Amino acid sequence: MNATTLVTPRQALAPAQRAVDLIGTDLTEKSLKLHLEGLPGVDAVGLEQRAAGLGTRSIKTTSKAWALDTIIKLIDLTTLEGADTPGKVRSLVAKAVNPDPSDPTTPRVAAVCVYGDMVPAAVEALGSSWSNGKDDGINVAAVATAFPSGRASLPVKLADTADAVANGADEIDMVIDRGAFLSGRYGLVFDQIVAVKEACRREDGTYAHLKVILETGELNTYDNVRKASWLAILAGGDFIKTSTGKVAPAATLPVTLLMLEVVRDWHKLTGERIGVKPAGGIRSSKDAIKYLVTVAETVGEEWLQPHLFRFGASSLLNDVLLQRQKLTTGRYSGPDYVTID
Amino acid sequence: MTRLAVPKTYKLYIGGKFPRSESGRTYEVLSKKGVFLANASLASRKDARDAVVAARAAVAGWSGATGYNRGQVLYRIAELLEGRRDQFVEELVSSEGITKAAATKQVDTAIDAWVWYAGWADKYVQVAGNGNPVSGPYFNLSTPEATGVVAIIAPQGGDSLLGLVAVIAPAILTGNTVVVVASEASPLAAISLSEVLATSDVPGGVVNILTGSPKEIAPWLAGHADVNAIDLAGAENLDWVDLQVIAADTLKRVLAPVAGAPAPSLERIVALTETKTVWHTKSLI
Repeated sequence: MNATTLVTPRQALAPAQRAVDLIGTDLTEKSLKLHLEGLPGVDAVGLEQRAAGLGTRSIKTTSKAWALDTIIKLIDLTTLEGADTPGKVRSLVAKAVNPDPSDPTTPRVAAVCVYGDMVPAAVEALGSSWSNGKDDGINVAAVATAFPSGRASLPVKLADTADAVANGADEIDMVIDRGAFLSGRYGLVFDQIVAVKEACRREDGTYAHLKVILETGELNTYDNVRKASWLAILAGGDFIKTSTGKVAPAATLPVTLLMLEVVRDWHKLTGERIGVKPAGGIRSSKDAIKYLVTVAETVGEEWLQPHLFRFGASSLLNDVLLQRQKLTTGRYSGPDYVTID
Repeated sequence: MTRLAVPKTYKLYIGGKFPRSESGRTYEVLSKKGVFLANASLASRKDARDAVVAARAAVAGWSGATGYNRGQVLYRIAELLEGRRDQFVEELVSSEGITKAAATKQVDTAIDAWVWYAGWADKYVQVAGNGNPVSGPYFNLSTPEATGVVAIIAPQGGDSLLGLVAVIAPAILTGNTVVVVASEASPLAAISLSEVLATSDVPGGVVNILTGSPKEIAPWLAGHADVNAIDLAGAENLDWVDLQVIAADTLKRVLAPVAGAPAPSLERIVALTETKTVWHTKSLI
């Protein structure tokens, strides 16, 4: 099969209904560019000050207990290493299903996030806990489109995506072509997202959720982050995600705040709710709570649920479990009491 | 013209850095006669938690170093302490109200203790470990290894420098890392000692020193699941049986209180080690 016939970029513009509705039927590279460049610039100082201000809230006792449980429910438990094995994925899944064996009241995480070829292993390990596209259990998220660099031709990216979806991935984390974006070829990035979205279609016509990774650490400016966020939403992304976790800086509070503001504006404009996923570099409960505050203050508490907000993290869960044990027992816990992976 | 004195800010010593208490609290340190000497940080339970994190991070590197190497580092502490004798003598005279001769004797004894313990660093394994007699074609060997993170309540009576050295040195020479709650009444020598440690090749996090109330901090350290042992040397005026009970929850090794500064001894070294026993075949056929 020639993968290019799956979706050609020209045809792909049509399913991008959001863009058609907003910009008009004459959707071209030029009109897209005009729209994105017409976005107001970001007040960097104000943004960072606002983010720093949101990070100073003091969250204590009952609120903290609620926050810790909410964080666990929002985690995409991730393993994205070259050294991943089915066995490692199984132990990750065991932890996702039962994060703290010493406390059965601990909630489950939202999803496990793995490379595409590990999807069958994750699905098998999840068994009856797998949500299987119905969002009622633990989802399997797969990174696709030549993650983390995104440097591959479109047919390869689409095949990568379709393969993961066929294997049972409920969510696809795609990376945008940062090179194309930074050189101003917004149309190309747009077409690729639209095509990948189309590749997320399952046999029964439903779609796997599409998370679009902007890799904000490579976009250089806040203005670019805002443009890329709009671009990803216009092209049909269900989620916008900050980073792959492979590039420093990964998720930062100001960048996440900015993306949440785009999501808020989009909601005001269309009534549609887009998800946000900060990923990479969030390791402590304290940091994660700052993100919860930022979400609640920017888009509202209704966003604090798994289909609208996620943490992409691997070591965060351990710290949350330690803090949770501290709240339950009244004594500081240690890394000997959680699994290190 | 009279010169304006520059008073020293006494802070905590955590992870090789000198932070103020996270709580922002301080308390007044007075001389024996009630004269104000300095403001010291009043460490909180969160400072203790941070100190344990720093100590845990330092365990792998410090216990992984050779005994010979650790001995060199301990000896280096003695060298630097020797160079700052006058400062310590002056501090002890003002804070403990003792004579200059007594203070000098205490500093000298403390320096000698470092040297004495430094010598043991590459020898205690040979003395405390052994080959066990077995009736089989294999060796069976027991060797002492570092326990891990040790919380220490330093002696609270007089001898604020010697007491501190007498509990820190035997713990760290085997590869343990320590979180020490210094003497509450005279903490100045403890912080000055941490300045010596910071400049004497001791990796950051191996020794962490908190000043403040042992009564407040000790229960948190005794209950902390990431602390492997607690030395209650200076806890005789605390409810130390309760501390032992709390420590038992996480199977900590506990050392009971002692009066004054414990004398240098091999027992104190071995008390904070765990015995590892391995076997090895005598020949491969």
